[in-house]
Parts: sequence; structure tokens; C-alpha cells
Amino acid sequence: MTDIAHSAAKSATGRSATAARSYAIFIVIGLAALVVAPAFFYPIFLMKLLCFALFACAFNLLLGYTGLLSFGHATFFGGAAYFTAHAVKEWGLSPELGVLVGVAGAALLGLIVGFFAIRRQGIYFAMITLALSQMFFFFCLQAPFTHGEDGIQSVPRGRLFGLVDLNDTTNMYYFVLAVFLVGMLVIWRFINSPFGMILKSIRENEQRAISLGYSVARYKLGAFVMSAALAGLAGGIKALVFQFATLTDVAWQMSGEVILMTLLGGIGTLIGPIFGAGLVVALENYLATSQFPVTIVTGVVFMVCVLLFRRGLIGEFYASRLGRRLGFEHRR
Amino acid sequence: MAVAMTSMQEEPRVVLSARGLTKSFGAFLAVRDVDLDIHHARVHALIGPNGAGKTTVFNLLTKFLQPTAGTITLMDTDITRTAPDKVARMGLVRSFQISAVFPHLTVLDNVRIALQRPNGLSTQFWLPLSSLDRLNERADQLIEAVGLKRERNAVAADLSYGRKRVLEIATTLALDPKVLLLDEPMAGMGQEDIGTISGIIREVAKTRAVLMVEHNLSVVADICHQVTVLQRGEILAEGDYASVASDERVRLAYMGTEDA
Repeated sequence: MTDIAHSAAKSATGRSATAARSYAIFIVIGLAALVVAPAFFYPIFLMKLLCFALFACAFNLLLGYTGLLSFGHATFFGGAAYFTAHAVKEWGLSPELGVLVGVAGAALLGLIVGFFAIRRQGIYFAMITLALSQMFFFFCLQAPFTHGEDGIQSVPRGRLFGLVDLNDTTNMYYFVLAVFLVGMLVIWRFINSPFGMILKSIRENEQRAISLGYSVARYKLGAFVMSAALAGLAGGIKALVFQFATLTDVAWQMSGEVILMTLLGGIGTLIGPIFGAGLVVALENYLATSQFPVTIVTGVVFMVCVLLFRRGLIGEFYASRLGRRLGFEHRR
Repeated sequence: MAVAMTSMQEEPRVVLSARGLTKSFGAFLAVRDVDLDIHHARVHALIGPNGAGKTTVFNLLTKFLQPTAGTITLMDTDITRTAPDKVARMGLVRSFQISAVFPHLTVLDNVRIALQRPNGLSTQFWLPLSSLDRLNERADQLIEAVGLKRERNAVAADLSYGRKRVLEIATTLALDPKVLLLDEPMAGMGQEDIGTISGIIREVAKTRAVLMVEHNLSVVADICHQVTVLQRGEILAEGDYASVASDERVRLAYMGTEDA
């Protein structure tokens, strides 16, 4: 028995070395693809994709790595879009400061929503986040600064650090890409940190974490605020990309969409939600011009995914023979 | 009895005590008016038939359940209304009846998680994982002490049941608790592991209090100084193993005709 465990341990360390190499190769390929992508695809589409990819990864930080299903993440995404739009349009802040205002606002909203939600578990947690996000939706509908149904229109992109003109689409794309990469780096560090280890332990066995003296609620709240802030980062740059902020981004459908993206890509995988977001955004874009209703197609895709590929695109890839040969493993 | 003699080196004083501990679930009285005194440098066993309320008493003492009535005192501090994680930080640490490991993490990571908080390495979300490497030395000591050295890098879920229990004891000891509550530590263990764990418990009890629920009576006879017998939520008998084992009511209620 011990010999089996021993050899398993040996191959586990061997696997992680292979995985590190595979990751490095994928990251280089992915980065290269993102850098040259504007030459092949419509830049606005790519920027939309990056915003949603970051949003989904921020959401996954909570669902995949802490085990908390929030049904109100649109609040942080859409809320930050409003805050950023208002800050750059009405206060005349530069884009980078405007995005920071969005992030700070989303973090504050996350603190408030999280404070109430973490008191309950499972379905009750999800319901509290949904209820509070519905309240925030109503607030956005009524508050004067959001301009109700009209939203905040013609938001200026301005000059990054007062130097780079973001009205130039190429400049804007690389700004969005940089923000996306910084966001991913933050998520990666967050997961692979002492704090991240405690989050994993809470996801694995909450009772045991308590009995080891951890104030589980505080760690959950920390993860919630971080997830909200990163969702806000995505929402802030989206407001600059499209130059408007509307009720669509704070509506409950948006909260549902980000769950769909994360599930499709693979819960608890770092890059899964990027692919999930890519698939959903691409479907929406290509079906937008056709007669076929988008929601039915995404609904069918979702059903197929849940029934056949429970681990999501990347999760299934990791668990596949090829994925295992490349050193990945997926445990969920 | 040589064991008991060496353990006597330190003055046995009460570190954890319960008075009139009562817990009802609706109309059902799971624990009724239980008084317990757990001494420093002693191993105290809590035995009794299934459903006697042993685990409920554990949950009450560690505050995972709130008592309906009664008081609990940990080293002169009233903890009757204290949160379970706070109680753990005060030095009262428990294990669980069903093995409580973090299944998808390695043996080393399991022990390191227990070490992270006492070493102030649990909230840093900006540090790399390698910052935890300075816990390795202590973690390896604990892993070696319980005989898990060969499985150090194995994933906890791949361990046998007995080895998981051993790992759980290593993580519990990592906190250097003042009072150790072990819920059936030997259940499902092989003879070899039982010997190892008995030795460890005997060793750690020299400098701290241990309360354990245990069904294996030869283990109880071997390492426990004090035995409390619970039946239907009430204390039936209390004393050293010999006096409890010879108690007529205990023999009738629990041990049947078994000759210990």
C-alpha cells in the first residue's frame, strides 16, 4: 500500500513538472495569439471577448476556488461600468483613474453584498446575492447619475496617462489586453498564495478548516471582495471600450451569462472561463445577424455541456488522455 | 502502569471542565446534565454504546454545537458562548469521527495548512506559494512522527483510511493544542497504526490533556487514565478503567459479558 502511495507521489511531482512546461508553452502561444489577433479579427469583438473573459475568471475565483456560487455578479461588473463611465465623463478623470474608480466601487459593493451573503451556504447564498443584485438593478434604474433606461452614453476614452490616445483602436486594444493580463496575473497569484491555500482548504472541508482555528467567514469575504473588484476591473474597461454603460450590464441575465461562461469553460481551471467567455461571445456575435434566437442556441449549448461535458471545455481537455500526457490533472 | 507513572510527572490540573452540560434536539434529550473534568497530562476516555451522545458531547465542548444548558470552562475562561474557530485558537482542538483531511491536497500541504495560521502565513494573497516552504521543517517533523514520511507528497485522497486518520492526527498536533479531543482516532485502523497512534497519544499526553472517544477497549485499558461511561446522554460511571470495567451497571449496559 505504501509503495503504491509512494510511486503515486513520485509521479505526482513528475506530472507537475510536465504541467509547468506545458503551461509555459500554452501561455507563450496564447500571448502571441492575443498580440497578433487584431490583424485577423474585428478589434471591438476581441476587446469585448477580453472583458468577458476577465469577468468570467473573476467569477471563477469565487465559484471554482472558494466553492461559492454567486448569482449577482452583474452588480460588480455593471456597477463598475457605471462608476467608470461617470468618473471619466462627468469628473473628467483619465481612463486609468476612471477604471480604478470602477474597481474601488465594485470592491465596496462586494464588501456589502458579501457581508450578508457569506452568512448562509449553498442555495441561500446564491439567493441573497441575487436579491441584493436585483436591489442594485432597481437603484441603477432610478438613480439620476445612471440616466435610467438611456444609460451613460458617449463616454470619452481619453488619453492613457495623458499620453496615449485611446480613441485609436489599436492603442485601445493593447490597453485592454494589458489590463486583462494584469487581472489574470492577480488571479493567478491570489490562487497560488498562502491565502489561496486556506481558500482551497475551506472548499475541501469547511468544518476541518474551522477546527484548525480559521475564521472561515473572513476568508470567504476576502475572496468575495477580490472577485468583485476584478469583475469591476472587467466592467470598467468594458465601459471604455463601448463608450457607454447601460442597465444590461447590471441585469440578472448578465449574472446568469457569467455562470454559463464559467461552466462551459471549466470550473476551477485558471484559463477555462476565458474559453467559455470566448465561445459565448462568439456565438452571440455570429448569431446576432441571423434570424435564429441567440438564447435558444446558448441554452442548447449549456444543456449539452452540463449533460455531456460536466468538467467544461478545458476541464475535459485536462482530464483527457492528451491532457494527462501533457501533465495536467483535473480534480473536481 | 509504568506509563501512568511517567505521565504523573506533571501535576494533573483541570484544564477543561463542563458543568450540567445539556443538549436537546426538539423533544429529544441527547445529552443530559453531564459534568466532566479533563486534566492536564492525562488521557481521558469517553465510552458508551452507539447513540449514547459521545459525539454530541464533543461537538458541545468544541462549540460546533451550542449547549441548551450548562457551562464550559477552558483554562479559567468561560467558553460557553465562544465561536468554534476561536476555541480552536485558544488551544482546544478536535479531530472528527469521519476522517477530516483536505482530500485533494498532498500530505505535506495538509499539515502546512494547520501550520499556516499559527505562523502568520494565512492572509497573504500577494506572496508566492514558496513562502510556505519555511514551514516544511516543522511539517516534516510531524509527518515523520506519525510515520507518514514515505507518503509525504501523496495526495490525501489516495491514502488508506487508517493513514488518513494518522494524517489527521498530525495536522491536529501541528497546532500544538493544550487540549486534544480525538473522536474515535483508532476506528478502521490496522493493528500497526493502532500501535503507532497509541504511542503518539501517550507521548503527547505528557504535556497536554487528551479526551478521546474510543470503542477499542484494549486501547482504552492501555493508555487511558480516566474513563467516563455515557449511556442515553447521561453519565453512568466514572473512574479508572479497572473500577469502571468491574462496575455491574456498566457491564450490563455496555460491555455485556465481554471480559476486559
